[in-house]
Amino acid sequence: MPQVTLTVNGQTHTAEVEGRTLLVELLRETLRLTGTHVGCDTSQCGACVVHIDGESVKACTTLAVMANGSNVTTIEGLAAADGTLHPMQEAFREYHALQCGFCTPGMVMSAIDLVKKHPDGLTEQQIREGLEGNLCRCTGYHNIVKAIAAAAEVMHGKRAEIARAAE
Amino acid sequence: MNDVVPFEGIGASVRRKEDFRFLRGRGAYTADFNRQGQLHAWILRSPHAHARIRSVDVAATTGMPGVVTVFTGADMAKDNLGGLPCGWQIHNKDGSPMAEPPHAVIAHDKVRHVGDPVAVAIAATRDQARDAAEAIVVDYDVLPAAATLEAALKPGAPEVHGGVAGNLCYDWHIGDKTVLDAAFAKAHKIVSLDLVNNRLIPNAMEPRAALGEYDPTTGDYTLHTTSQNPHVIRLLMGANVLHIPESKLRVVAPDVGGGFGSKIYHYAEEAIVTWSAGKLGRPVKWTADRTESFMSDAHGRDHVSKADLALDANGTILGLKVHTYANMGAYLSTFAPCVPTYLYATLLAGTYITPVIYAEVKAVFTNTVPVDAYRGAGRPEATFLLERLMDVAALESGIDRVELRRRNFIQPDQFPYQTPVALQYDSGNYQATLDQALAAADWAGFESRRAEAAKRGKLRGIGCSTYLEACGIAPSAVVGSLGARAGLYEVGTIRVHPTGSVTVLTGAHSHGQGHETTFAQLVADKLGVPVAQVDIVHGDTAKVPFGMGTYGSRSLAVGGSAMMKAMDKVIAKGKRIAAHLMEASVDDIEFERGTFRVAGTDKTKALVDISVAAYVPHNYPIDEIEPGLEETAFYDPKNFTYPGGCHIAEVEIDPETGKVSMVNFTAVDDVGRVINPMIVEGQVQGGIAQGIGQALLETCVYDADGQLLSGSMMDYTMPRADDLAPVSVATHTTLCTHNPLGVKGCGEVGAIGSPPAVINAVVDALRDFKVRTLDMPATPAKIWGIINGGRAMAAE
Repeated sequence: MPQVTLTVNGQTHTAEVEGRTLLVELLRETLRLTGTHVGCDTSQCGACVVHIDGESVKACTTLAVMANGSNVTTIEGLAAADGTLHPMQEAFREYHALQCGFCTPGMVMSAIDLVKKHPDGLTEQQIREGLEGNLCRCTGYHNIVKAIAAAAEVMHGKRAEIARAAE
Repeated sequence: MNDVVPFEGIGASVRRKEDFRFLRGRGAYTADFNRQGQLHAWILRSPHAHARIRSVDVAATTGMPGVVTVFTGADMAKDNLGGLPCGWQIHNKDGSPMAEPPHAVIAHDKVRHVGDPVAVAIAATRDQARDAAEAIVVDYDVLPAAATLEAALKPGAPEVHGGVAGNLCYDWHIGDKTVLDAAFAKAHKIVSLDLVNNRLIPNAMEPRAALGEYDPTTGDYTLHTTSQNPHVIRLLMGANVLHIPESKLRVVAPDVGGGFGSKIYHYAEEAIVTWSAGKLGRPVKWTADRTESFMSDAHGRDHVSKADLALDANGTILGLKVHTYANMGAYLSTFAPCVPTYLYATLLAGTYITPVIYAEVKAVFTNTVPVDAYRGAGRPEATFLLERLMDVAALESGIDRVELRRRNFIQPDQFPYQTPVALQYDSGNYQATLDQALAAADWAGFESRRAEAAKRGKLRGIGCSTYLEACGIAPSAVVGSLGARAGLYEVGTIRVHPTGSVTVLTGAHSHGQGHETTFAQLVADKLGVPVAQVDIVHGDTAKVPFGMGTYGSRSLAVGGSAMMKAMDKVIAKGKRIAAHLMEASVDDIEFERGTFRVAGTDKTKALVDISVAAYVPHNYPIDEIEPGLEETAFYDPKNFTYPGGCHIAEVEIDPETGKVSMVNFTAVDDVGRVINPMIVEGQVQGGIAQGIGQALLETCVYDADGQLLSGSMMDYTMPRADDLAPVSVATHTTLCTHNPLGVKGCGEVGAIGSPPAVINAVVDALRDFKVRTLDMPATPAKIWGIINGGRAMAAE
């Protein structure tokens, strides 16, 4: 069986996988990082989004072997060691951008990549279009859009804190 | 140090406690659980809508890598297991019971829908189980299918179940037809409308999963499952299917990734993994992939109706007649029969004074996935019918659509209001929600926006719905008399620990609703314990005494009321302990937010003083009061609750493409007392997104052979962020008069009120094209067809 070596949330792992093993299966089943979810089988829902070398990727359509040698960040790797949330995580909480929490890890990972790719800021429409690859059935997206807008301002240093009072 | 504790009680937008784990990937959903020695199950499903099973040949699976066994329907039949039960019995017009054909856990004589389980392969890994399932050879004798309501009702249609003539599950009615006929005879005008309520696929983001375990030393079974109501699953599966007593069966519904009704029901896979775990002595896990969800989760809606509304010359409603065909699918899902009857026809008065209503409902079996409650369950169907009918009646009687509604509203001083279809509304103010919504949406200024849009070549329209729904289900005796095979109370335990923190055990189940926060706020408000020191335990039959679960927007109205009742008991006991400690009469003890006080004095004891005394009863009236501070209450509601309100949709249509864009959406809902405004707003926004999805995007499509064409997220149009526009959500409160919190429920109002508002807006935008009926979803193809005179296309 092929062997893959990859760094996940700063820790290096080596695992034997089948050729057909998906990255999301390696993360969930072998490394027991169950924060990354599987919501569909057609690469539509985005519940499985992780970062590979800083880029958001759907882990359900990435073979584990394709991630060999790469640096993977999952939802578990976002918060600081002392538990301090990433501004995007903080914004999702502050703006009630999650309900059942199932789409949330993928949504947060996609959102961070979206914000990073728009250093000059994002319009509401850009955020909505940027979320094309992520489905949420609970929230109707409005609070997700607001949370991403707020986090973008904090991540780009245009606003000091996530709290709504800072609006 | 800042000593000011922010207010966390009723009315505060407390940020959610549960978010910390969800945002850090620490949620624990059923698929996240793994057990030592665990095996994986893959369900082989029928590719045919209707076929006789000649044989199931599993020989090829022998010796395949990792494969442990394959179970077929015949194997299950040998163990004398029961079928999947139905929890509600409807009676026909003639008093006879509905047809209730058996529903085998694994089909063994016939398959009746694409996705019907035929065998289960069990192996060391999921892939190996899947490989084994694919090696099973099933010899099918394919039969003609009754794939749609229309096909199933045709004379000579294929019978889904032998012996169920005409595929008719039941022929039910409500109301007085003689009185109705008399009212219609006096009518100035009768407005008739044919409607289809499109079939939907719930698509909670977490696919269903189940993990069965068996301990041979104790005989205990444990099932982890994606359920909205673990106690109900324990009862149905234990008593009806696997014959395991409750004492030997633990059902856990851990974090659940959305339900919307689809996770209420007892599903075959739950019984399969539990039974298999017992047979094999090893844990067995099944996780659906999304394709399986599409063809095995219960679907929603699917009504075909004809409605007639009788009006006098002033537009006053004289009577309403409704005939509905409701699709049950191939089998009766757990609560399916009550959805198009007692959750639908009883809602047909809406917010209007309607002297007489007569409704007939025929429930029909088809070779499709079972249909059951989906967010709103019956009330969206009733609301769509009524609110579309009001708009057509306004148009055809020349009365303004808002004015027609006003003329017929139940007045604020008419509550309690008895409708002609069984329900008695306790409170509401439909004029107020309408006025507030009209102002918020700037209804009066719409024509200038229409004119402005026209200059840009766009067709702009506005529409409203003034809806009513019933939730907080439900008084047990009432539903029992209507055919429910269960009580619909809820259970709450308040456990005040020795040092003053509180654990709440609730039979309600949170799968996105934020109960861990909202319920903690109830405790903070009443007992004065900070939210951070209140833990909510739900979803585990081994921890929670009992419960009926979460659906029908009942968690706060029924489950919250049980907690309030239990807290009353805690306070009553606490007063007796406080009286002893402060050497006062119990009648003189007052309690408010954590403090017991001797009335008229400055003598006080904090709750923690009482809890310490209760658990360390050294100075304690031990002969009169038991130690400990924990109380349980069962709350059986006195009535349904009746949220209502007004939704206003504003749309723009691009005539070049037929695409409908949401421009504005305004909701003013009366959900009773609001505990956490942030969470209520989120619930309403989410419900509206699903309602807009039904109106514009979503529909389940079967072809004539019963193949599910909309069987993946690439084929079934789920609303995405850029399909939706911001929603303005506000509340206008009248209190529920019969539960201790005054709450009504907010989980479903969005999905109930919004579809007719959107379609009324689309029809308004198309007013130049004289559109009378418009079936959902209003897809670009349909709208383009209307605009371009392609009526045939529009009718497709």
